Amino acid sequence: MQEKVLMKGNEAIAEAAILAGCRHYFGYPITPQTEVAAYMSKKMPKIGGTFLQAESEIAAINMVYGVSATGKRVMTSSSSPGIALKCEGISYLAGSDLPALILNVQRGGPGLGGIQPSQSDYFLATRGPGHGDFHVIVLAPASVQEMADLTLKAFELGEKYRMPVMLLADGTMGQMMEPVALPEPTEIDPTPKSWAATGTNCEREHNIVNSLYLSPDELERTNIERFERYAAIERDEPMWEEFMMDDAEICVVSTGITARVSRNAIVEARKQGIKVGMLRPITLWPFPKKALQAAAEKVKAFVSVELNMGQMKEDVELAIRCTKPVSLCYRVGGMIQTPDEVLEAIKKANEGGQE
Amino acid sequence: MAENQIVIAGFGGQGLLFSGKVLAYAGLIEGRELSWLPSYGPEMRGGTANCNVILSDIPVGSPIVQKPDILMVMNNPSLDKYENAVVPGGKIFIDSSLIGRKVQRTDVEAYYVPATQMAADMGFPTLANMILLGTVIAKTGCINPESLSDALHKVIPARKANLFDANMQALQAGMAF
Repeated sequence: MQEKVLMKGNEAIAEAAILAGCRHYFGYPITPQTEVAAYMSKKMPKIGGTFLQAESEIAAINMVYGVSATGKRVMTSSSSPGIALKCEGISYLAGSDLPALILNVQRGGPGLGGIQPSQSDYFLATRGPGHGDFHVIVLAPASVQEMADLTLKAFELGEKYRMPVMLLADGTMGQMMEPVALPEPTEIDPTPKSWAATGTNCEREHNIVNSLYLSPDELERTNIERFERYAAIERDEPMWEEFMMDDAEICVVSTGITARVSRNAIVEARKQGIKVGMLRPITLWPFPKKALQAAAEKVKAFVSVELNMGQMKEDVELAIRCTKPVSLCYRVGGMIQTPDEVLEAIKKANEGGQE
Repeated sequence: MAENQIVIAGFGGQGLLFSGKVLAYAGLIEGRELSWLPSYGPEMRGGTANCNVILSDIPVGSPIVQKPDILMVMNNPSLDKYENAVVPGGKIFIDSSLIGRKVQRTDVEAYYVPATQMAADMGFPTLANMILLGTVIAKTGCINPESLSDALHKVIPARKANLFDANMQALQAGMAF
């Protein structure tokens, strides 16, 4: 770890990506993540990297596909409406078993929506953003430090499992500044990946990067094999953080900015004698189901605190098989709960009420 | 536990986000926990802009300031918007060259600094923000004035390093007010 510096979340991601060995960035500007592109445009030319502002989001994601096919670390970034455009390319990356980092600094929707923070792309991210049967790994940072740490983690996981990883942040996380200790630079192994299309020198078989399988039995096999990998990820990679959960009777589930707001509400509720804690999923896919099941054994109710109409609440209910009530505390459209609003939801859950 | 929840608000272009950054960098230098959150979007280009700064001895929960104990305002709409949010006993700092009215509450301390006029008189017409910030620092102790020089060096980009002295003088004028 390096000495702490003060950075915006968006800048921390860009710098962490460079430290992780990413030398190729393709994007198209959109609020509230344009600082990523601005940072890359300044830095990449000085370190022999590529910064390219594409003609569209769709062009950018397909440029990502091209670099990823050569086995190099590559990323793109956008915000909600732009991510929707990238979904076709993300599906192609998944179908070709290619790693890539896709940053989504979410804003309110649907449609062009607004530019203020949101978490309303939860379903889009966790259900496979694009056509076909697939997943991307989804990481949800809740501090500028995590913006940096999870960027490094995203590249590592993407390469380990050969699949796209989405860093799912919200506008607040992108825009706020906090002290951050950036990761040490990653030593990149210069040996080409065994699967990468890097030229054969007539010394080996061609590596073909492709998502087209006209033979149904072959396509079925690739799908099943991919889901065997997904099963391993669901077993080995869930990440979460617990806050004041030891004796908790109410469990708040929240990510990103709403987890930060919930923290204030939990501290206040504890002062009022309510035994409440928080389970903060860091991976949204794989969802930390086992941790939630363990919590369900102890608590009497859950409160899902989100910036959408209850998308993650469904995953909480699925994880615990609806064995305990799950209530929802939401704001949308760029609005954010106050700690008092979360406190009210906690009190209601504690008294056995439903929303 | 010492914690300051600060709102700095006014028109886009008055250097409000910059003022907040000076506090944030000073906090970093002092090894404190902190967050800096700007309003973003078109308001940065002329509408009402603000930033939230939290300086604390424990990790910061929500970076959104709901109930500031320090409010620094440089236009009327911002005083109207945030006056009632300030906690009882909080401090409100007003650029009285730009804001004609007085604070209506009696349970807060109000400081009226003709920062824009002072800046013009000093020959730094764009540094009213630093003058008002100087008064904030002197009257609240939210950061140690000794951290200011290092903080300014970090906030002022290298290509504008020639503006350091003017900024420092403006801060000192505000502190002495």
